[in-house]
Amino acid sequence: MTASDVQSPDDIGSDQVNVTCTVNGKPAAFSVPPHRTLMDALRYQLGLTGTKTCCAEGECGACTVIIDGAGVNSCLMLAAEAEGRDIVTIEGLGAEKPRGICDLQESFLEAGAVQCGFCIPGQVMAAEYLLRTNPDPSVEEIREGMSGNLCRCAGYQRIVAAVQMTAQKRAIP
Amino acid sequence: MRYYRPVTTVEAVAALASEPQTSRILVGGTDLLVALRHKAVQPKLVVDIKGVQDLSAPITVDDEGITFGPTATMSDVVAHPVVREWFPALVEAAVVVGSVAIRNRASLIANSANGSPAADTSPPLVALSASVTIASVSGERTVPLREFFLASRSTLCGPGEMVISMRVPRPAPGSSSAFERMTRRRGVDLATCSVGAVVDGNGAMTVGLGAVGPTTLQGGPVAPVDLSSQDEMQRAIEALVATATPIADVRAGKPYRTAMIRVLTRRALLRAAGRRNDRGALPDVLGGSSSSTIQADPTIGRRSS
Ligand code: FES
Ligand code: FES
Repeated sequence: MTASDVQSPDDIGSDQVNVTCTVNGKPAAFSVPPHRTLMDALRYQLGLTGTKTCCAEGECGACTVIIDGAGVNSCLMLAAEAEGRDIVTIEGLGAEKPRGICDLQESFLEAGAVQCGFCIPGQVMAAEYLLRTNPDPSVEEIREGMSGNLCRCAGYQRIVAAVQMTAQKRAIP
Repeated sequence: MRYYRPVTTVEAVAALASEPQTSRILVGGTDLLVALRHKAVQPKLVVDIKGVQDLSAPITVDDEGITFGPTATMSDVVAHPVVREWFPALVEAAVVVGSVAIRNRASLIANSANGSPAADTSPPLVALSASVTIASVSGERTVPLREFFLASRSTLCGPGEMVISMRVPRPAPGSSSAFERMTRRRGVDLATCSVGAVVDGNGAMTVGLGAVGPTTLQGGPVAPVDLSSQDEMQRAIEALVATATPIADVRAGKPYRTAMIRVLTRRALLRAAGRRNDRGALPDVLGGSSSSTIQADPTIGRRSS
């Protein structure tokens, strides 16, 4: 909806916003107060808690999702802005796969990149976006592409290895 | 807080004018959401202009220059082949903003319109003679970007107004540009100081200076000098940074900033000059112009703006 649907003559905009969008390939509809971030709406209204909350100000990447094909921090976006958008969260990546996890997640496990695991959904989403835009990244390109994703366990070497491993797997037809 | 998504510029500026002091424009949100979270701003009305149908397209190229719309993101800027060829300094500045995920959202115009003296893309845009068009309920006006900044976080775009486009003229034949920035550490840090430099075909030099004054500053133009002469270069640099009034803050002391702005100016001038016969040759590490991927020099810092 546009906010003007509920506007009164002296009151532009609305203090409750109805949002319809696509989440992981399925239509979703929810109603949010304007200040709610997309991160919070995903977690607390849609129950998609794979998207993590950490800094909530764009510094750590734990909340990374892919919106209309672009990797973004869901903590830096109002849920109201999601109107009409196509959102992919970590839950959407492996949903169709037999083990429920995608090839990137398999590689993260194989490479031992998952330590406490908290940063991993965001790391995987950032890596997925990187590989979609650059299927054969160099180590430097991986490091730069994922530099917005922090890991407290500091498993960066293995995270980079997991991304490289996935790129190689995907290169084989 | 109320949320409003207008579909025309007229609706947008009318909404802003209805609550000039308590409304905020939302485009990329990478600054606003952080400010909201910290209650640094507490708007009653947020006007999301991404649904405005009659806004300028993100990037429009014509023979005389490039027009950016409010929804042009840093990633759009970095990936655009003509922007890369004409304005390498702007691309070098855009690619150090935040992380990939932030650049995918952060608006080029908003980076200047927020009026931070440390904004990464403002110095190159000032040096490149950018201008902005501001809309309000009483009409539109266009001003040079170097006159746009009044004080820290204060610009000619007043309450109830909105920057609707930015125009950067096509560089004169034989000219080029470069950007230099220093941060305390790589990543998520504001510039300690930064310089965008333009060197013309005949050697005339202009700079935009970041984080060494209350606003982004312009230096020059100064007349061509012999780039290999230490003395001549030193005099030119002194003239170019004469407007700088660096202060001490958590990032650096005044003497350090005073010294480093000269170092960065020299580096930016020499790189811009060296690039003049080699247009469009941004280093590979910034990503191929055909690719939409953003690949930055891993040795340069980054910061969300
Ligand atoms: S929670 Fe969004 S970047 Fe940290
Ligand atoms: S695995 Fe623990 S924070 Fe990254």
